[in-house]
Amino acid sequence: MGSQQHGGSGQDTAASPRHRSDTTLRVNGTPRTLTVDNRRVLLDLLREDLGLIGAKKGCDHGQCGACTVLVDGRRVNSCLLLAVALDGCEITTVEGLAGDGEELHPLQRAFRKRDAFQCGYCTPGQLCSAAGVLAEAAAGHPSHVTDPARPSGEPVPLDREEIRERLSGNLCRCGAYPHIVEAVEDVIP
Amino acid sequence: MTGTETALGAPAERREGREKVTGTARYAAEYDRPGRTHAWPVPATVARGRVTGVDTAAALAQPGVLAVLTHENAPRLAEPDDATLAVLQDAKVPHRGWFVALVVAETPEAARAGATAVRVSYDVEPHDSVLRRDHPASYAAEQANGGHPGSTEHGDPDTAFASAEVRVDVEYDVPPLHNHPMEPHSSTARWDGDRLIVETSSQGTSTARDVLAGMFAMPAERITVVAEHVGGGFGSKGTPRPDVVLAAMAARHTGRPVTLTLPRRLLPSVVGHRAPTLHRLRLGAGADGRLTALVHDVTTHTSRVKEFVEQAAVPARVMYAAPHSRTVHRVAPLDVPSPSWMRAPGEAPGMYALESAMDELAGELGMDPVELRVRNEPETEPDSGKPFSSRHLVECLREGARRFGWSRRDPRPRSGRTGPLLVGTGVAAATYPVMVSPSTAAARALPDGTFLVQVNATDIGTGARTVVAQIAADALGVEPGRVRIEVGSSDLPYASLAGGSSGTASWGWPVHDACVSLAERLAGRSGPLPEQGIEARADTAGRADADSPYARHAFGAHFAEVTVDTVSGEVRVRRLLGVYAAGRILNARTARSQFIGGMTMGLGMALTEDSTVDAPFGDFAESDLASYHVPAHADVPSVEAHWIEEDDPHLNPMGSKGIGEIGIVGTAAAIGNAVHHATGIRFRRLPLTPDRVLTGLLAHESPAPV
Amino acid sequence: MKTFAYVRPGSVEEAAAAFADHPGARYLGGGTNLVDLMKLGVERPETLIDVTRLPLDTVEELPDGALRVGAMVRNSDLAAHPVVRDRWPALSQALLAGASGQLRNAATTGGNLLQRTRCPYFQDLGKPCNKRQMGSGCGAREGVHRDHAVLGHSPHCIATHPSDMAVALSALDARVELHGADGPRSVPAADFHRLPGDHPERDTEIRPGELITGVVLPAATGGLPSRYRKARDRASYAFALASVAAVLRVSDGVVAQAGIAFGALAHRPWRARRAEAALLGAAPTAAAFEHAVDLELADAQPLRDNAYKVPLARRLALDVLAGLVPSATL
Repeated sequence: MGSQQHGGSGQDTAASPRHRSDTTLRVNGTPRTLTVDNRRVLLDLLREDLGLIGAKKGCDHGQCGACTVLVDGRRVNSCLLLAVALDGCEITTVEGLAGDGEELHPLQRAFRKRDAFQCGYCTPGQLCSAAGVLAEAAAGHPSHVTDPARPSGEPVPLDREEIRERLSGNLCRCGAYPHIVEAVEDVIP
Repeated sequence: MTGTETALGAPAERREGREKVTGTARYAAEYDRPGRTHAWPVPATVARGRVTGVDTAAALAQPGVLAVLTHENAPRLAEPDDATLAVLQDAKVPHRGWFVALVVAETPEAARAGATAVRVSYDVEPHDSVLRRDHPASYAAEQANGGHPGSTEHGDPDTAFASAEVRVDVEYDVPPLHNHPMEPHSSTARWDGDRLIVETSSQGTSTARDVLAGMFAMPAERITVVAEHVGGGFGSKGTPRPDVVLAAMAARHTGRPVTLTLPRRLLPSVVGHRAPTLHRLRLGAGADGRLTALVHDVTTHTSRVKEFVEQAAVPARVMYAAPHSRTVHRVAPLDVPSPSWMRAPGEAPGMYALESAMDELAGELGMDPVELRVRNEPETEPDSGKPFSSRHLVECLREGARRFGWSRRDPRPRSGRTGPLLVGTGVAAATYPVMVSPSTAAARALPDGTFLVQVNATDIGTGARTVVAQIAADALGVEPGRVRIEVGSSDLPYASLAGGSSGTASWGWPVHDACVSLAERLAGRSGPLPEQGIEARADTAGRADADSPYARHAFGAHFAEVTVDTVSGEVRVRRLLGVYAAGRILNARTARSQFIGGMTMGLGMALTEDSTVDAPFGDFAESDLASYHVPAHADVPSVEAHWIEEDDPHLNPMGSKGIGEIGIVGTAAAIGNAVHHATGIRFRRLPLTPDRVLTGLLAHESPAPV
Repeated sequence: MKTFAYVRPGSVEEAAAAFADHPGARYLGGGTNLVDLMKLGVERPETLIDVTRLPLDTVEELPDGALRVGAMVRNSDLAAHPVVRDRWPALSQALLAGASGQLRNAATTGGNLLQRTRCPYFQDLGKPCNKRQMGSGCGAREGVHRDHAVLGHSPHCIATHPSDMAVALSALDARVELHGADGPRSVPAADFHRLPGDHPERDTEIRPGELITGVVLPAATGGLPSRYRKARDRASYAFALASVAAVLRVSDGVVAQAGIAFGALAHRPWRARRAEAALLGAAPTAAAFEHAVDLELADAQPLRDNAYKVPLARRLALDVLAGLVPSATL
């Protein structure tokens, strides 16, 4: 337990000492200290070093959202975040979305119930993004479709238009969008 | 048996749902074998020519780079049937983006850095990449994709058109389109002695195995190809793509397992695309709306690598009764990436054009567009004269109209307005052929009372495992929970690929047959089963591919409501509604998802997805997901899919037609027709982006002086 | 992406020193564009200086009614900031019209200003681009340029600046605060980005080693009606085809103050000075707006395939301006 290194095949062998760094992350509650090639993005660290394959590489350039994870509770594209720059951060991936003792996160249950996916490749990103959306709306963060006159600081009610706009950073080529929206609606407190 | 009533058609949840929502479902790039390496391809940067040299020194000097494969050192392979797979076999560059080298390294980062450092020099030849209707290189194709005759003619269409009371003669353009499944094409390959094991993102691993066996000149028995989970394909993973060949070559060259994930922006050039189609439709009709002449001319492009002819004029042979008709496919080989299958090849662009022209004809006639279609309902399939095994297009139109509220529509163009938004509605019909291929399956009864069903189906997101389990449970007369399903490996009983909306029919048929014969054997015996259970197998060869005396097609009707912003020219869909007649629906839950998914892709085709051949360079300008706009959540509001009960005894034991593609087929036309209804302007070039729509609105407001 | 060294300074001064010590260094903010371009091989830094943890992540109300936004404030936080939403709403709207929720959570104020064009030729090492390599040519001019500039382009470059936020900052008369070897300075946001001219490789007026430390929204535009509107190919998560930010003060029935800027029309947010001048002192009528906007766009030089941008920008501007005055006035 605790600090450990997964047997990532070529970890750091491709970079000279000045091009690699130590970084410590808490991933789904577990501290991980790794020596990483400075080029390594969080997405590849999760997938290659930690064997957490939930976050997906759909485009590798921040254009699809399949790699979405939560960093310190905020949803981000893990393909664009250098792991070395995240030293000390708390990472939650789809594998850690359900809380302790919870079999599935309510969003995961709702996605199954609503058939909110087909191929499943965008699904982990949709789930992490949806978790982020719920938190952002609860914290009063507006979106492009929120009435600008709406007072700041109050939770923003998530109607379908809000959900759609806020999840637009997660592309789904199978076209599961309508069911994803229903699934998110199901878990709105 | 009660199973018959409960299993088939029930909205069973996806069997792999838990894996997919917990992130444990494993895709092709996610097999971290010990010693695994990563590969990165190097695309050609010229549109036509030859590689004269590849300088790999700088790449090999990169830390972690193990090897650079080029046409000079890559393993020599046997010539494949599909020439797009003959990668690194010679110096020729048939189009920009063709792979000219492959870097293998310890990490993805090193592989990418290595690929950037490879220096390739070329002899460049002039190229020609732009399709035009009058392109001098175009010729009438003998065959279109799917084995369809390139041209057909009935009666005297020219005379009939010339003498028709009402005529529509219009041209439509559909740009190149890209499949862009969310999982980029990926393969992990390793050699274990003389065995090759590959995990790949493919729509059919039996086919992939056979192709690899041919190219690597080895018995298919020594190759295992696995596709446990596939992140979408939409045709682009139908047959193997270069990634699987390159990964296998690189694994042989390095002696290490190799994962190759094609970078997203390189996909458009190497995995196939929907070729652009330039249409001309001539419809002649009497004042009663009955078609007297129907002529559909299609011009498309193909590459220098192979001839692929998007069969866009084929649906015109199926849809409407017209005594005089002609359909022609012309194709121009250009210096462009090779086109291939994309969801509903032929039907999607062809029905966009035909159904838009029908809408124009309805306008000319002053006739309701639903009624126009009803009036032209054929007795038999117009081209073949065969009776339809079932055809319920009219019921789909009527049911869709009822659900959509079509009767409340003011038919006058530009009659709906809310503030700056013009509001319009449109309708279009859809069709997709019934296809089915021979496949095999095994069903085994186990002593613990459970069953194991094996078939090399591939679940690309359709829910294959789930529906196959329902078919098996139904045939066995047991609860689906007692049936375990194994799919997604070429070591399983041979099966056809997940394409052409044929998967469920093709796989379900032998599964059904094996289960029925297993049930019969079980009924005839008593006492406990042997430890290994008892097994029955089935093979549909000779039956699934037998000629049918019937014309077999699914049909559907699409309705759309759109808004057009008169300030910006932005078109947004408010609601889409589809009604389908597609045989028996085997799983209401997953079927609905597929229909909705197809409609969503049709929405993209109508409004957002645009690709341009970059004339000076010969590739596609919109190569990534920031510039090629697949619809986002915000583009997709209410989408409803419904179906009518259709009992067709001429299909397969389940009575099902395919459902994976028909959803896209009429959607773009329904949206385009709605935009016409909203604006009074007919846009004839997809997609309907603000640049085009605003330009049209401006011309409408102040027409240019003639 | 080539290998690089990574350093994380503890202060602005240390950052500047680190830059001086490391040839070929680049500052790393949210990384949403820099890392993207590094993967493409377009950016090839020797060293990344991570400035995300510098104490530049606060939004501070200044005594004179201005607002200082730290360069490391994330786009999503800035868009949600009560004072921004209340007093400079066009800025919040512009931020929320850009990118995606995930990207806004990572992207910083400073980094947003320094993002580079999304011109596909700039991003493709296999095609010519003067911005990436002067002298190689401009692939877009004869290639695909529907999204490219109609104003202020040069023979060398027809790229547009992709930021929504910067358009609002330009219209709102914000200032960009910088810190370099010579200490701090500030430049108007409207003058921060450049036109391509003979040096398309230079996007901004930033000097080598200078770090954006913050952005100041002036009291003069605070509390005035302001709006941002953008047109795009899909309903969300797409760059602008054209956009407009505007702020207006009407006093005694005439326009007393105006700030108008266009996005996606030029190599920089296009501050519409000529239109503003035409409006000053005029009654805020539809006719006055049309006259002003047409004056501004009269110099547009569309390319083969992007002439639509001129009427699109015009209509967006008229719509935005009309929305800034009580309807009774029009």
